[in-house]
Amino acid sequence: MKLDTSGLESVAPFLGVSSELVGGLSGAPYFELPNTANFDRFQKDAIQMVKPAKGTTTLAFIFKEGVMVAADSRASMGGYISSQSVKKIIEINPYMLGTMAGGAADCQFWHRNLGIKCRLHELANKRRISVTGASKLLANILYSYRGMGLSVGTMIAGWDETGPGLYYVDSEGGRLKGNRFSVGSGSPYAYGVLDSGYHYDMSVEEAAELARRAIYHATFRDGASGGVASVYHVGSEGWKKLSGDDVGELYYMYNPITPSTVEQEMTDVAGP
Amino acid sequence: MECVFGLVGNGFAIVVADTSAVHSILVHKSNEDKIMVLDSHKLIAASGEPGDRVHFTEYIQKNVALYQFRNGIPLTTAAAANFTRGELATALRKNPYSVNILMAGYDKEIGPSLYYIDYIATLHKVDKGAFGYGSYFSLSMMDRHFHSGMSLEEAIDLVDKCIIEIRSRLVVAPPNFVIKIVDKDGAREYAWRESIKDAGVVSA
Repeated sequence: MKLDTSGLESVAPFLGVSSELVGGLSGAPYFELPNTANFDRFQKDAIQMVKPAKGTTTLAFIFKEGVMVAADSRASMGGYISSQSVKKIIEINPYMLGTMAGGAADCQFWHRNLGIKCRLHELANKRRISVTGASKLLANILYSYRGMGLSVGTMIAGWDETGPGLYYVDSEGGRLKGNRFSVGSGSPYAYGVLDSGYHYDMSVEEAAELARRAIYHATFRDGASGGVASVYHVGSEGWKKLSGDDVGELYYMYNPITPSTVEQEMTDVAGP
Repeated sequence: MECVFGLVGNGFAIVVADTSAVHSILVHKSNEDKIMVLDSHKLIAASGEPGDRVHFTEYIQKNVALYQFRNGIPLTTAAAANFTRGELATALRKNPYSVNILMAGYDKEIGPSLYYIDYIATLHKVDKGAFGYGSYFSLSMMDRHFHSGMSLEEAIDLVDKCIIEIRSRLVVAPPNFVIKIVDKDGAREYAWRESIKDAGVVSA
């Protein structure tokens, strides 16, 4: 006869932080502390746990002259870099762009699908779809697939009758309207540079340089981001690609090698 | 974490919600309005998963509007609250919504009312209620200082006390809050309490 000791087991979670949502439902996110079974790895594990999972850096922001959109171009599968030349800025139509973070196939397919729906809207209503409408279409589609494993973290940037528009849409069904977003594993790094350098009244060149710089700094620190920093601008006439710079070369541009005086020199020892 | 709380005063009901849109450790936005105006005299303050929150509250809003179009008169607050609870209950065992709701409304004969609707479709008519980590601080504050028939000044003072308490004691306290009110003149935004201002867009 097997002794049933389940009644002796503690109900409370191990490290005791739980919200009102203890129970069966996979409910709203709550702060879970990592089990410190391995003390030496604790810090690294904690950072890995909170770091955004989508291995990329994308960003977009609204400023006086429109919307600036930038992204890196690295695709990684775990520790393997599978490509350094992925197009992460997707052209939905001539005046709207989408960024890719998460599953590449998911993003490409659903952005293409969104482009189709936008065109159908134009044909049915004889006017272009607004950025608000396009992002809501995508958000509703993603919401209907929630829980089924889609991985999409995208920003829809465009220019419509009301001016520049920027929305963040993700596969959990969230949709946010905002002026500044960054998505991906490199996004915390990019946010720092972006937030401190941002003014609404920037010129197109200044904004492009800010976007490029933010992507560069994120690729410097984040292993899952790298390759080429692409920068696009969406203005009243539509989008235009401004630049695509290899981040390795950007490093030497921002940190030029200066000839320095030699402090010590090795010379041959004189003969015996 | 998300903080939502509300209380009923003398001829009005107030709901307060934080305005942070957070993803793990990243704050995507600190001016996200989580209190939806349901119709002319009703407010829904919702907290929970972002997709569910927007989707479910919009669904309720559209259905409430549909009732008014079909029948020519608006729903009472009690009816809207019970409808909301019914929708949550029906979805609960199939495709649950992770949304907690405080519904505030004003009806001409009844006056102001506040309904507490849980993510597992609990429904209570309350004088004061709260959700989220902030509830640990705001509930006791409200229990201590609330009395029925508070004036607007007293109620806003209590709300500010709660916000200060949340800001000083909660480790991941949201910086900004929005306060909305509903009374005989309708549902409207009352004020924002911001401690971090977004370097925002100059409005066109």
